[in-house]
Amino acid sequence: MTIIELIKVSKNYPNSKLPAICDVSLKVEEGEVLALLGPSGSGKTTLLRLIAGFETPDEGVVLLKGNIVSEQGLALPPEKRGVGMVFQDYALFPHLNAAENIAFGLRRMSRSEKNEKVCTILEMVGLSDFSKRYPHELSGGQQQRIALARALAPDPALVLLDEPFSSLDPDMCVRMREDVSEILQKTGSTAVLVTHDHEEAFSMADKVALLNEGRLEQLDTPEGIYHTPLSPFVADFVGKADFITGVVEGGKIVTEIGCLQNTSHFIEGAEVMVMIRPDDIDLRPNAKGDATVLERQFRGSENYYRLRLSSGQIIHSGQHSVSVYPVGSQVDLQLQITHVVAFEKTKVNGPRS
Amino acid sequence: MHLFLTNKTSPRLSIDRWGLAAFLIAAVVIVPLGVVLSSVFSAHDDVWAHLIETTLAGILINTFWLTLGVAIGTSVLGVSLAWLTAATDFPGRRFFDWALMLPMAIPSYVTAFVAIGLLDFSGPLQTVLRLWLGKDGFWFPEIRSRGGVILVMTLTLYPYVYLLARNAFLTQGRRALEAAQSLGASRLSGFFRVALPMARPWIVGGVMLALMETLSDFGAVSIFNYDTFATAIYQAWFGFFSVSAASQLASFLVLLVFILLLLEQKLTARTRYTSTSLTTRQGDRIQLKGMTRWFAVMIAFSVFLIAFIVPVTQLLIWSVSIAGEDFDARYFVYLGHSLSLGGGAALMTVAAVLILVYSQRLRPTVMIRVLVRISTLGYALPGSVLAVGIFIPFAWLDHQTMTYLDRPFILKGTVAAMLLAYLVRFLAVAYHPVQSVIKRISQHIDESAQNLGCSGIEMLRRVHLPMMRSGVLTALVLVFVDVMKEMPITLMMRPFGWDTLAIRIYEMTSEGEWERAALPAIAIVLAGLIPVFLLARDRERGF
Repeated sequence: MTIIELIKVSKNYPNSKLPAICDVSLKVEEGEVLALLGPSGSGKTTLLRLIAGFETPDEGVVLLKGNIVSEQGLALPPEKRGVGMVFQDYALFPHLNAAENIAFGLRRMSRSEKNEKVCTILEMVGLSDFSKRYPHELSGGQQQRIALARALAPDPALVLLDEPFSSLDPDMCVRMREDVSEILQKTGSTAVLVTHDHEEAFSMADKVALLNEGRLEQLDTPEGIYHTPLSPFVADFVGKADFITGVVEGGKIVTEIGCLQNTSHFIEGAEVMVMIRPDDIDLRPNAKGDATVLERQFRGSENYYRLRLSSGQIIHSGQHSVSVYPVGSQVDLQLQITHVVAFEKTKVNGPRS
Repeated sequence: MHLFLTNKTSPRLSIDRWGLAAFLIAAVVIVPLGVVLSSVFSAHDDVWAHLIETTLAGILINTFWLTLGVAIGTSVLGVSLAWLTAATDFPGRRFFDWALMLPMAIPSYVTAFVAIGLLDFSGPLQTVLRLWLGKDGFWFPEIRSRGGVILVMTLTLYPYVYLLARNAFLTQGRRALEAAQSLGASRLSGFFRVALPMARPWIVGGVMLALMETLSDFGAVSIFNYDTFATAIYQAWFGFFSVSAASQLASFLVLLVFILLLLEQKLTARTRYTSTSLTTRQGDRIQLKGMTRWFAVMIAFSVFLIAFIVPVTQLLIWSVSIAGEDFDARYFVYLGHSLSLGGGAALMTVAAVLILVYSQRLRPTVMIRVLVRISTLGYALPGSVLAVGIFIPFAWLDHQTMTYLDRPFILKGTVAAMLLAYLVRFLAVAYHPVQSVIKRISQHIDESAQNLGCSGIEMLRRVHLPMMRSGVLTALVLVFVDVMKEMPITLMMRPFGWDTLAIRIYEMTSEGEWERAALPAIAIVLAGLIPVFLLARDRERGF
C-alpha cells in the first residue's frame, strides 16, 4: 500500500527567487523508510513540512494513504493528518514528564488503555525506568527516544524525522541510528527521514531521495544511489568520487588507467568523464608503476591513499588496513569496477577535490 | 476521495474565530480612544484658551521631568536589584528576592501621603529634629517638590522593572554568558554585554509600564499638588465643567504615550529569543565576598526599608491611633468591593489577553498584529479620560434603547461598565508578561502538538497555558493590584454606593486627614500582599 505520494509538487516562498521545491514526485510504500538527502537549502525540510501539513504546496498534490491531503493552496491541517513527527530539537513538552509526553497524542482511550500503551512504548524504546522523569532530566539520546515514542504512540500512518541525530554527539549518533532503525522495524513503521549525511541515509533508509536546489535528482536504493548515480552532483554528494577523462574508441571507454565498458552507449569518439570511487581501485606495489603515492591516511579499518597518475590526475583509493605503501613509492592500479558510471564531459565542471 | 481541506492561500484576508475575537477586543479599546481623539477636532472653548495661557507650559515641563526621573530611577533600581537577587548570592538573598516585590502592594498615593505626613514641616521627623537642633539649626529638603514626587513614584513603581528583569535574568540561560566568559569577558562586562542586552525586552517592558503609570497617575500627584496632565484633565472637567477641554488635554497625553509606545517598539524590535532549558542554578551565582556582600545587603535592605517597612509602619501607627473611633462594618463593604472588582477585572483582562496573544501566535497575519497593537493602546488612556470615553458611548446607547425599545437598558454607571474600563486600561499590563513567555516557546512545540492531533483551544489548555503559567500569573497579579489601587476610573464610574478602599483614601487625603486615610490604606496594602505571596510561592516551586 502506498502511504505517501507526492505528484509534481512545487513550492515557492515569497521574497525568494529560487523555488523551495520544484516539481517533485515520489512515493513511499508501507513499511518503507525513505531518506530525503541533500545539502542545506536543497528543500528537504520544506518537503518534510509539506508532508506534515505545515506548508501548503503551490502546485501538485500530496496523497496520504490514497487521500488527497494537499493540493494547490489547500491543505488538511496537520492535527488531522495522523502523521507523527520527531523534531531536530525534540520539542518535548517541558511541563510534562516522559509518560505524559507519550500519552499526549493518545485519544479516545480509557485511562488504563493509555497507561498500557505508554508502558508498551516505553519498554520498546528501553526507557521504562524513566517514565516519571521530566525532559530536562533526560540525556539527549533519551529525549530523542521519548520524542520518537511520543510520535509513534498514536500509531501514525507515517513518522517524519527532521534531522533527528544532528544534535547528538557522533558516538551517540551511530548508536541512536541503530536504535531508531530497530524501533521503526519492530513497529513496522513507515518513515521519512531528513538528513544531510549520506551515511545516515544509507544505513537507515530503504530508499533515498536526493534533492538539490528543490529538485529531485535521484530516487533509488542506497546502493543504486552510490553505485549508479545519475548525475555528477549525486556521485559527488554521496561519497568520494574522482572523475578521469576517457574517450570512446571501438565500443570501449579508453582511459589512462585502462579500458572500461561503454555502458551508457556514448557515441564513438565522445569525450567522457568516468567516475572512480576509492573502492574501485586496487593497488599493487610496482617500482615501474604509473601512479605515485602522495599521501596515506590511516583510518583504522582502511588505509586511504591519495595518488598521482602520470598525466598529473589525482585519484583516491581505499585499501586494506594492513596494506601499507610508503609515500613516494610507485604503484600499479587495478580497476575493479562493477558499474561503470560515465558522464558527458560537458556535464562535469572538473572534479571537486 | 477528498477530505476537508482548509483554504490557506490568503490568510491575510480570512477572518476566522480567532481573528473575530481579536477584532471584538480591539473594538472595545478603539471606541473610547476614538471618542477622546475626536475631541481634538471639536471647537476650542474658553476653558481651553485659559488653560493654554495659564497652565499648559508648566504641565509639560512637570511631565517631562517626572517621566525622565521615574524612567532613570525605576530602571536603575529595578535592574540592579533584579541582578543582585537573580545572579548573585549574599546573606538574605532569598528573603530579599521576594521582599523587594512587596512595595508593589503599596499604591503610589499611599506612599505619597505617608511621605508628606512623615517628612513635612509639621511631621514627626522634622519636629524631633527641631527639638534636638533648635528651630533653625538645620536644613531639610522640601518633600513637596519635584524631587519628592519622583522619589515616591520610583519607590512604588520600581517593582515592575524588578519583576520583569528578574524573570529575564533567571530564565535567559547560562550558555550565552559562559560563551562571553570564554571569549575573555569578565563577569561584570559579561553582564553589561550579554545578560543586560538579552534582558532588554523585559526591562524596556517594565520601564514602559512604570512610565505609563506615571503619566496617568492621579492620586500621588494630586496629593503633592504637582500639576500634570492627569490632574489638569480632572480639574478641567470637574472644576471648570468642560469635557471638551479635558478631552483636548487628554489627547495631548495620548500623543505622549504613543511616542513612548513607538520608542518601545524600536527598542524591542527584532528580539525573538527562544528559551534554553538551562536556568540559573545555585552554583552559577556570583558569590559576593567581603565588603561587597554587605554592600549588597545594605542596598537591598535600604530599598526594602524605605519603600515598604517605613510606610507600612507609619500606616500601622496611624491606624492603631485612629481605629478605635473610625473602624466599623463599612470597611468590610469597601474591602469586598475592592477585592471583587480587582479579581473580576484580572480574570476578564487576562482572558482577553490570552485570546489576543494566542490568535497572534496561531495566525501571524498583519491584520491580527494591528488588532493586538490597537488593543494594548488602552493604556494610553489615563483613567479619568477613559471614564469619559466609555461614559459617552454608553450614555448614547442607553438613550437609543430608551427611544427605540421604550425600555431603558442601563449601561452607564454599572459595574459592567467599570469592569470594561479596567479591561481597556489594564490590557497592556497583562499583555507584556504573557507575550514575553509565549515568545519564548519554540514553534516546534506547537507543531509537535498539532502532529499529535491537538490544536486551537485544546493546545492552549494542554500545552501553552501550563508552559506560560509564570507569565499568566504575573499578568493576573499585576492587573489585580492595579485595579485595587486604581483611583480615577473608580472615582468617576462607580455605581451609587460602590465605594471602595481607594475612594475612601481619596476622600480622606483630600481633607489632609492622613490618620484616617491610613486605615483603608493598610487594607489595600494587605490585599495587595496576597498576590505577591502567591507569586513568591510559585517562584519557590520553580518551573
